[in-house]
Amino acid sequence: MEIPDTLFYTSNHEWIRIEGDEGTIGITDYAQDQLGDIVYVELPEPGSTIVRGESFGVIESVKAVSDLFAPVSGEISERNAAAAEAPEIVNQSPYDAGWLIKVRLADSGEVGDLLDAAAYRSETAGE
Amino acid sequence: MLRPLALRDQHARLGARFAPFAGWAMPIQYRGIIEEHEAVRTQAGVFDVSHLGRVWVTGPEAGRQIRSITTYNVLSLEAGSAHYSLYCTEAGGIADDVFIYHVDGERWLIVHNAANAAADYARVRAVAGSAATEATRTTVMLAVQGPRAMDALRQVLGPALGDVALHRCLEVPWQSGRVLFARTGYTGEDGGECISDPATARALWEALLDAGVRATGLGARDTLRLEAALPLHGHDIDETTTPYEAGLGWAVSLQDGEPFSGRDALARLKGAPRTRKLSHLRALERGVPRTGYAVHDPADADGEPVATLTSGAHSPTLRTGIGMAYLPATLAKAGTPLTVDVRGRSLPMQVVPRPFYTRPASGP
Repeated sequence: MEIPDTLFYTSNHEWIRIEGDEGTIGITDYAQDQLGDIVYVELPEPGSTIVRGESFGVIESVKAVSDLFAPVSGEISERNAAAAEAPEIVNQSPYDAGWLIKVRLADSGEVGDLLDAAAYRSETAGE
Repeated sequence: MLRPLALRDQHARLGARFAPFAGWAMPIQYRGIIEEHEAVRTQAGVFDVSHLGRVWVTGPEAGRQIRSITTYNVLSLEAGSAHYSLYCTEAGGIADDVFIYHVDGERWLIVHNAANAAADYARVRAVAGSAATEATRTTVMLAVQGPRAMDALRQVLGPALGDVALHRCLEVPWQSGRVLFARTGYTGEDGGECISDPATARALWEALLDAGVRATGLGARDTLRLEAALPLHGHDIDETTTPYEAGLGWAVSLQDGEPFSGRDALARLKGAPRTRKLSHLRALERGVPRTGYAVHDPADADGEPVATLTSGAHSPTLRTGIGMAYLPATLAKAGTPLTVDVRGRSLPMQVVPRPFYTRPASGP
């Protein structure tokens, strides 16, 4: 299971890449593997805001419906149209082509509450 | 405690993910539901369906005993043939849908849904007594389906299979055992189902994989049968639905005059006007209509739902959402626009003819 060291994680299996005051958000390799074939992704419009810990969208596989939870609060600057058009890219490339949204962070202090790769690795090891 | 399949280790070695189904630990997928689904539509896949209930009925009265509890006139089945049939309640509701095989002279086999297997066995015992024997735990059942399935089966089990027509069955000796082969299935593809003792089934499983057949789980079996618009008992048909509204009147024989459970009610229902009909819906936009979601008439958007999806899923072949629902007869016509409530979002769907998917006619 791939867990890149450069990213931060949530217990709900989202990842975030921090670059300055912008974050790119997706679901982890573990999450896509557990969900199985992803067939539908519902993401909020750019300009809308997300709140840390709250649902910001939905991801559906053949078998399951799963809420997406915001790792941080902020305003959405971009969403990945390719993930909505061809949801299988989230399975194929969860950390790269399969990213979901980009946000302008409302409070960069929230990043300190996220899991680093080592902490996320030990969380998923138990599951 | 879940019952393990006899071929559990074979599945585990291929990376199967198991989930409980009707008391069994069943392989849901190996590498991915969509990949396995596509393998069955384009090549061939093998499913372990040993959870299905299997009951032998033997003796000179076997055919008559089975006829007394089932809707189809099985007495018309010559040896070596099989037919779909139903068990009905006295009110005409569907207690289970089954496949009945007249294997030879005095030997008959009935295949039941896993969830109903215990009740169904009791139903057969009630009329056949000790002539009925359970074979679910002593045998394995493998379904081999797909456009290349018969090629692979002939290659493995021998050329005799080439002469077995649709809904016919044949027992063939193979290795140290015997395989009951039937040209039946639940995917909308050509192929067959093989019942044998577990040791023979393990060898058959490996031989089929070696012949290029892909291990396929219950997840793909569900999307395949839904695309073929084959009803699933407990979802699309149950004791509250009748064969006629489910479009299964062809599995009910009344003309032979033989008594069977539910006959009086079914004779009445046959001539009565249909108030609702099991119908087929296809999504017009992106979204996944799932089992249990409410169906609305857009002409009455604020009104009560007109139906509930009895099955619903993303169709890997059609790349869109599909589902089934009992629609009021006035809305059941192909082309009728409807919406499905997908967690608060209104997904436009349309009534389409059955089935969603038909396999292309075989080439020259």
